[in-house]
Amino acid sequence: MSADAALKTPLAFDPLKVRAEFPILAREVYGKPLVYLDNAASAQKPEAVLEALRRGYAEEYANVHRGLHFLSNRSTERYEAARASIARFLNAERAEEIIFTSGSTDALNLVASSWAEPRIKAGDEIVLTILEHHSNIVPWHYLRERHGAVLKWAPIHDDGSLDMEAFEKLLTDRTKLVAITHMSNALGTILPAKELIAMAHARGIPVLLDGSQGAVHLRPDVRDLDVDFYAITGHKLYGPSGIGALYAKREHLDAMRPYRGGGEMIREVTMETVTYADPPHRFEAGTPPIVQAIGLGAALDWMMALDWPAAQAHEADLIAYAHERFGQFNWLHPLGTTAEKGAILSFTMDGAHPHDISTFIDRQGVAVRAGHHCAQPLMDRYDVPATTRASFALYNTREDVDRLMDALLKCRELFA
Amino acid sequence: MDDALRDLYQQTILEHGRKPHNFGRLDPHSHAAKGSNPMCGDRVVVTLTVDGGRVADIRFEGRGCAISQASASIMTDLVKGRPLDEVRTLLDAFTAMATTGETPGGGLAEDDREAIRLMSGIHAFPMRVKCATLGWRTLEAALDNQSQTTTEAQPGKQEAAR
Repeated sequence: MSADAALKTPLAFDPLKVRAEFPILAREVYGKPLVYLDNAASAQKPEAVLEALRRGYAEEYANVHRGLHFLSNRSTERYEAARASIARFLNAERAEEIIFTSGSTDALNLVASSWAEPRIKAGDEIVLTILEHHSNIVPWHYLRERHGAVLKWAPIHDDGSLDMEAFEKLLTDRTKLVAITHMSNALGTILPAKELIAMAHARGIPVLLDGSQGAVHLRPDVRDLDVDFYAITGHKLYGPSGIGALYAKREHLDAMRPYRGGGEMIREVTMETVTYADPPHRFEAGTPPIVQAIGLGAALDWMMALDWPAAQAHEADLIAYAHERFGQFNWLHPLGTTAEKGAILSFTMDGAHPHDISTFIDRQGVAVRAGHHCAQPLMDRYDVPATTRASFALYNTREDVDRLMDALLKCRELFA
Repeated sequence: MDDALRDLYQQTILEHGRKPHNFGRLDPHSHAAKGSNPMCGDRVVVTLTVDGGRVADIRFEGRGCAISQASASIMTDLVKGRPLDEVRTLLDAFTAMATTGETPGGGLAEDDREAIRLMSGIHAFPMRVKCATLGWRTLEAALDNQSQTTTEAQPGKQEAAR
């Protein structure tokens, strides 16, 4: 490791200090210190989140929006404060534009069911990219199967970047929605969202961004992007699982039919009729994951307290360093090499299948993901059944990259 | 390398994984099936000819990890030329071994038991059991005249209609 002098991490962000806030990172697996590089699947949780969860149950727990007693008021305040944190994090204009969901999958299904389904007729087109995660594919396949919607797929170049010309050509007067990822979970590619949204809006087409990864690495600003819908998921944002959110412009929310029916989402129910609550509650039937929502709020507050430009520089350093180390070996083949990418490195290796690599390096304490990453159209595009994916978080270090490389070298000895 | 890894990736298995036996497609054939593991995207195609109640010839093709390739390769070696009732016994024995780690004794010749025991290291890796059983499940589907199966399907049952 010599050529790394130019890639020094700025002092305003100290990854070791951040790392110390995550108790699980101190543990060992198989007698080896843990190197956790499966963050794109799910990130670990800082003390701030663990404490919010503990306090949520141990000191402030009751159902929300129903009781008139002390704890119910307190828990409702905390729950709504979490909504406000999400709105601040995404720079939404109002907290009412934030709908709590169970995750980004649920958020995407909400848009498909409440916004798109009543508006889609046979032959109407939805534009996706080949980079999409299955959660931003399957809800649209439902509309294809049930209503005759036509799915149009924007291609990518070999380096994993979007083919912008081809994308623009897919936008026609039959296009009802553009539903695309902000950042690819499998390759790390960052889409030029603002530009793509402007292209779509110029033709009056609304845009949904799947921010499952984008929210983690790019600090999206929904007003600057002018995006219509933005989906996030808590567990990748250093928060709990089972909670996520949909941002939608108020004008869309007002025009959208309810999602699921139940308590909490109504104005009045009689034996003959029902009227619905205003957004956001119209879309939140039943008792929500209360403490998880509070935990997500805590996670985003934690993220917002960081020196974000410095944190982003740290992630940029990690991925640059990882690519540099991978470049030293001709038997390693990264997928997605565009400069416009976040801290995710997907690769194949001569002589070893991703599953064997993952099983082998796991025993060295290195946790990565192997498989199709719920992005089978993308795997088909590269004609690979699977890849191995190392995905980085704020608490990872160059030493983690080195441990990964050491493990891969040992793996190479066995399989080559 | 720890013992569990060494058990899993024995030299014989690595060799089968690198250079699988009976690799390819048998044409014409009397039975064929496609198998897939939806969790990981591995796919296998098994083609075979049954003649006079025996597996006259068998091949497999597909892409997958060392475990799935080696397991399918060892399987083709084991069942080629064997009467169908013996093939079923081997299938059950392998499935039992992969899920419990134990090789059942009843009805198996010592050679067969040893061949099946080669892969017993898989038991220490629950997430990888389906890699080892993919080829066998596909063979079972072919013998049952199902054109496809997945590692998520119940043994002996057809994949549910969509």
